[in-house]
Amino acid sequence: MPQSADKVLDHAPLFQQPEYREMLANKKLKFECGHTAETITQIGDWTKSWEYREKNLAREAVTINPAKACQPVGAVFAAQGYEGTLPFVHGSQGCVAYYRSHLSRHFKEPSSAVSSSMTEDAAVFGGLTNLIEGLANARALYKPAMIAVSTTCMAEVIGDDLNSFIQKAKEAESVPGDYPVPFAHTPAFVGSHVDGYDNMQKGILHQFWHGAVREPGTSINIIPGFDGFAVANNREIKRMLDAMGVEFTFLGDVSDVYDTPSDGQFRMFDGGTTLAAAKDAINAKATLSMQAFCSPKTLDYVRDTGQETAVFNYPMGVGATDAFLMKVSELTGRAIPDSLARDRGRLIDAMADSQAYLHGKTFSIFGDPDFVLGMAKFIMEMGGEPVHCLATNGSKKWAKQMKELLASSPFGHQGQVWEGKDLWHMRSFLMTEPTDFLIGSSYGKYLERDTGIPLIRLTFPIFDRHHHHRFPTWGYQGGLTVLVKILDAVFLKLDTATSGIGETDYSFDLTR
Amino acid sequence: MAKLRQIAFYGKGGIGKSTTSQNTLAALVEMGQKILIVGCDPKADSTRLILNTKLQDTVLHLAAEAGSVEDLELEDVMKVGYKGIKCTEAGGPEPGVGCAGRGVITAINFLEENGAYEDVDYVSYDVLGDVVCGGFAMPIRENKAQEIYIVMSGEMMALYAANNIAKGILKYANSGGVRLGGLICNERQTDRELELAEALASRLGCKMIHFVPRDNIVQHAELRRETVIQYAPDSKQAEEYRELARKIHANSGQGVIPTPITMEELEDMLMDFGIMQTEEDREKQIAALEASKAG
Repeated sequence: MPQSADKVLDHAPLFQQPEYREMLANKKLKFECGHTAETITQIGDWTKSWEYREKNLAREAVTINPAKACQPVGAVFAAQGYEGTLPFVHGSQGCVAYYRSHLSRHFKEPSSAVSSSMTEDAAVFGGLTNLIEGLANARALYKPAMIAVSTTCMAEVIGDDLNSFIQKAKEAESVPGDYPVPFAHTPAFVGSHVDGYDNMQKGILHQFWHGAVREPGTSINIIPGFDGFAVANNREIKRMLDAMGVEFTFLGDVSDVYDTPSDGQFRMFDGGTTLAAAKDAINAKATLSMQAFCSPKTLDYVRDTGQETAVFNYPMGVGATDAFLMKVSELTGRAIPDSLARDRGRLIDAMADSQAYLHGKTFSIFGDPDFVLGMAKFIMEMGGEPVHCLATNGSKKWAKQMKELLASSPFGHQGQVWEGKDLWHMRSFLMTEPTDFLIGSSYGKYLERDTGIPLIRLTFPIFDRHHHHRFPTWGYQGGLTVLVKILDAVFLKLDTATSGIGETDYSFDLTR
Repeated sequence: MAKLRQIAFYGKGGIGKSTTSQNTLAALVEMGQKILIVGCDPKADSTRLILNTKLQDTVLHLAAEAGSVEDLELEDVMKVGYKGIKCTEAGGPEPGVGCAGRGVITAINFLEENGAYEDVDYVSYDVLGDVVCGGFAMPIRENKAQEIYIVMSGEMMALYAANNIAKGILKYANSGGVRLGGLICNERQTDRELELAEALASRLGCKMIHFVPRDNIVQHAELRRETVIQYAPDSKQAEEYRELARKIHANSGQGVIPTPITMEELEDMLMDFGIMQTEEDREKQIAALEASKAG
């Protein structure tokens, strides 16, 4: 017996015990019918070649490890940013289980969302009955202040029309006529989670703003966008705006929903933008989107109300934070206080202190369009050089903007832009043109294993490291966090490379 | 610019929807209207008479070639035909595979998002057969067609389809504001055709917009891939289509919420017109037939 009550082995060592090793070797030999180790090595080596890279780039009919999620994930996330709001996905249960687990695994918090449990009957006859019963049940069971409805592939293929369905549900007294039920069509097979976020934000604003008369005021709205670091980033933005004395409203804020204290009381909903504030937000002077590619349709809608708008691309580092604060200052007339100027100076000081270790280091970056833009910009500020910039959900427009960004700095001269490519493409790029580091999500760990290039986890989803998202990456403070994470990777790599006793340890220094 | 007017033609397959709609639109363009056609029939024949060509490349065909709809540009899918009419075809999958209804949704979303609806007075949807699934109802959702024109004839199946389409419109009428503009009867020379069409219109609570007489000139024009308006502008038939166009143009905002009838009521109506046998008559006939065989 490999283990007993006195000696409990964890998953990893357990299967290293002789009994299991024998069993697995036997299974491989008798049943797996695999290729010889020699062939496997040979093919494995071939996949590292330029020849394979070209074949890989010519690939048309299959996507392997896309670095994106589907629209409803973004819609669920957007809805969770509002007070007492229950995301309701019109479709089958399995889809919703995926959105919830995807978000939970990253935030290490429960993610509440319900489905209309569509089955074959609903596929044939349409999902109206499911929606009518589902809304009534969800409201009775969980008592949300608002239910935000999005759709899955199934509802979209059969063409269920949410607008008419929700009206009919209200006529059938599933929920009261004045109960807020914003909605968004979010076909999972179109676009990605950033589009779903955009569609749901627009749906929610439409719910509150439709037919309202705007009385222009002086406050500003912030749309944070889909962000795995939202918990800390939203708080950091609030801290900076409070320091400036600016009046503001976050349009969707998950910082409390995804960071609920353990105090013995379960809260299905916590924090979020109040519905009253969302309603009032039409009167703001301007709406600022922290992530341009998460909000094009929403901002079109906002502009139609007469508000000004401004967009940023995941503002990390000095220049991007400067641009954000200066825009806020310009719109509100509030000066940027000395405390923020001192934060800025500290970040620059830290960057300068570590400059020698960052200069000329090369990076590959993957993630959502705004993240890759923001990350590459900050890398160049540090003196690093972005080489492969990849966004599976990046458009041609994104690629153009990315190229302009790279061309704006001498540190961008090696930069290559890969829109619509997946992580199997990235593997080929890293094999043929390796970089010093790889920045992305947990899905990059397979690339790290195959290529030996250290992965720095800085974007959603981060499943295999805990609590990083509780520290900001935006603003000057966030810049420090990012800087430290990158430096930790740089020093670990350096230590590892110099740890050979009597061989390379002449450089295994105590002080770096 | 006046508010964009959106209309749709529905009707049983083979009833002459595409022919009627293209002739009507050719007449509307003569009246100085700027028009966009959105063909929502996988057959993709909603624009050939306007473009004077074989079938136009469809949005979905081009998307399949390019890899995805996101790779398309508006210029790829929009052609300009007779007197500046803008033409697009949604297209659809091969028979037996995929989902044509979803194709309609995809194509319309693409056209809207890429500005096809800008700078036109009319958008006209030409939709296949029946409202068979959610996708084919896309043109009657909120903010799409304001009025639906049902092309029908005195044949029983055409009447049945017209009634079914009215049911589809009723479903969306309260939520989306779509209305039934009226019936257009395309003469098939069946018994008491005009009366029957008028009777159905009155049962549905809508207008009989126009009775288009049968005329072989339509076939002659079609063989040349032209509308009658273009092929024989001075013909009597061209004048009929102009009349239809004028009526539709004047019918803005005058659509109704239809009152569709049950299948039984429809059959009763046909019996009243002596087109369909009553069960009693049929039994007598069978009895007579059997008696003659036995004899």
